[in-house]
Amino acid sequence: MWSSEVINMIIAGIGETLYMTLASTLLGYVIGLPMGILLTISDRDGLNPNPVLYKILDVIANIVRSIPFLILLILLIPFTRAVVGKSYGPTAAIVSLTVAAAPFIARMVESSLKEVDPGVIEAARSMGAGTLTIIFRVILVEARTSLMINATIAIGTILGYTAMAGTLGAGGLGDIAVRYGYHRWQTDIMIVTVVLLVVLFQLFQTVGMAIANRLDKRK
Amino acid sequence: MSEIVIEHLSKTFTTKDGTVEALKDISLSIESGDIFGIIGMSGAGKSTLVRCMNYLEEPSQGRVLINGKALSDFSEQELRLQRRDIGMIFQNFNLLMQKSVLENVCFPLYIQGKKKPEARKRAKELLEIVGLSEKEKAYPAQLSGGQKQRVAIARALASDPKILLCDEATSALDPQTTSSILDLLKDINRQFHITIVIITHQMSVVRKICSHVAILSGGQVAEQGLVSEIFNNPRSAAAKELILKDTASDMPEKKGDGAARSKIRSGQIIRIVFTENSAFEPVIANLVLTFREPVNILKADTKNVGGVAKGEMILEFVKDSPNVEAMKQYLTDRGLAVGEVMDDVEQ
Repeated sequence: MWSSEVINMIIAGIGETLYMTLASTLLGYVIGLPMGILLTISDRDGLNPNPVLYKILDVIANIVRSIPFLILLILLIPFTRAVVGKSYGPTAAIVSLTVAAAPFIARMVESSLKEVDPGVIEAARSMGAGTLTIIFRVILVEARTSLMINATIAIGTILGYTAMAGTLGAGGLGDIAVRYGYHRWQTDIMIVTVVLLVVLFQLFQTVGMAIANRLDKRK
Repeated sequence: MSEIVIEHLSKTFTTKDGTVEALKDISLSIESGDIFGIIGMSGAGKSTLVRCMNYLEEPSQGRVLINGKALSDFSEQELRLQRRDIGMIFQNFNLLMQKSVLENVCFPLYIQGKKKPEARKRAKELLEIVGLSEKEKAYPAQLSGGQKQRVAIARALASDPKILLCDEATSALDPQTTSSILDLLKDINRQFHITIVIITHQMSVVRKICSHVAILSGGQVAEQGLVSEIFNNPRSAAAKELILKDTASDMPEKKGDGAARSKIRSGQIIRIVFTENSAFEPVIANLVLTFREPVNILKADTKNVGGVAKGEMILEFVKDSPNVEAMKQYLTDRGLAVGEVMDDVEQ
């Protein structure tokens, strides 16, 4: 039962899960962070209100977020194939994971940035700071604790999504859990993968919160 | 030439419930090196007015001229450069909470493109001016309100401004801290010849450091001029109210209810102001001897206003006294400004 074959498979699964989670979180932020910044500054009370831009981003974020992830995975198969050349395996899953994560991350970034005290932004304006200076030297800096907490939430959520992607051939721990636990009734292997997912989640959570606390100078 | 000139300025805000006229046809001029107070109750439009002075708010009508140049003629870029000449401090300090005291003061210098070593050197000098050198590594959350405002002042001075705008800068502070911050502002005004505009709802702040004052009420200038003149002889209802609110604020009876209060309110109450001619004469004693009738001194206070010793008293006459008008005339004849205390001044 616990042959070296199975153990190797689980170890490879951990690697794939980590790869998918970290790569999609990173790519999710590459798209989601600028999108969140744009949502913040183009909103009605933002630095550069732009109702058209805000509405477009708002609608995109809402549409993507309203599609259940499993269905998004299927919908994106042609797109994934066009981007990475195949529709299965961890790298292919990263495409759909990123598409699903980016709007979710953008929304969290938006809410973090909107928490920044408008008075501090006004003070920066009174000193003659331009929009970019205010975004990069005031808003992102002041919001960093909240951004870090939300990044921790994002990475945990994406970890969960990788398991779902596993059902469609993405690989990783979720895939193992579905194949062995669901299709082959091997509950023991499923339990091991679930425990490993829980451990990974805890690890991300603990590290993320520790960083967030270290960054916070407000206390 | 006046440093700040405001001509027929109006500001209208559009909200869901229609338009709100925050400021109506305001005209003011503030001289270079002056400490100019703008006072009014909350909602009078003072914060909007001060934000028009650096165009954080754009006026709906009228002009703002800084050293003869209209801010409306400036491009966004020129406006940002102009703002470096106009420092601003706020009621809630508005410091970067995630940055150290030193980095907060460096911030405007970084905006100007100064390099780190140069900015830090200058920031340290500024922290010394405001008396906070030993706190440079602290974070704002570790400071008291007065210390935070000192950091904000150092930050506002970093770009060597000609003008310093203070938006309710002492409203979140206790009286003692307020006093020390006002002293600091006064020093800065004298030492660096910086024109200071002070927005406040507290007459005591205006009396302590301002030379000129404009009284805002309902978005309009009710009265403006020298603090000593307006203080001695307020003409507008808004000015009278603000002055009496200030003087009545520390009358102990004010807090009393029922019997104590009705007793105090039984006779007519007036406020008298001493000018340089009358301050040291025993006017009240003579008044009592002349009319053979007691007056109740509810409050007596002498303060230094604009370098001249001035004082004021709140007097209460005996209930239904037939001599009230004659007594008021007696006081007026002796060079005192006499005003009635309105009942609605209590709050």
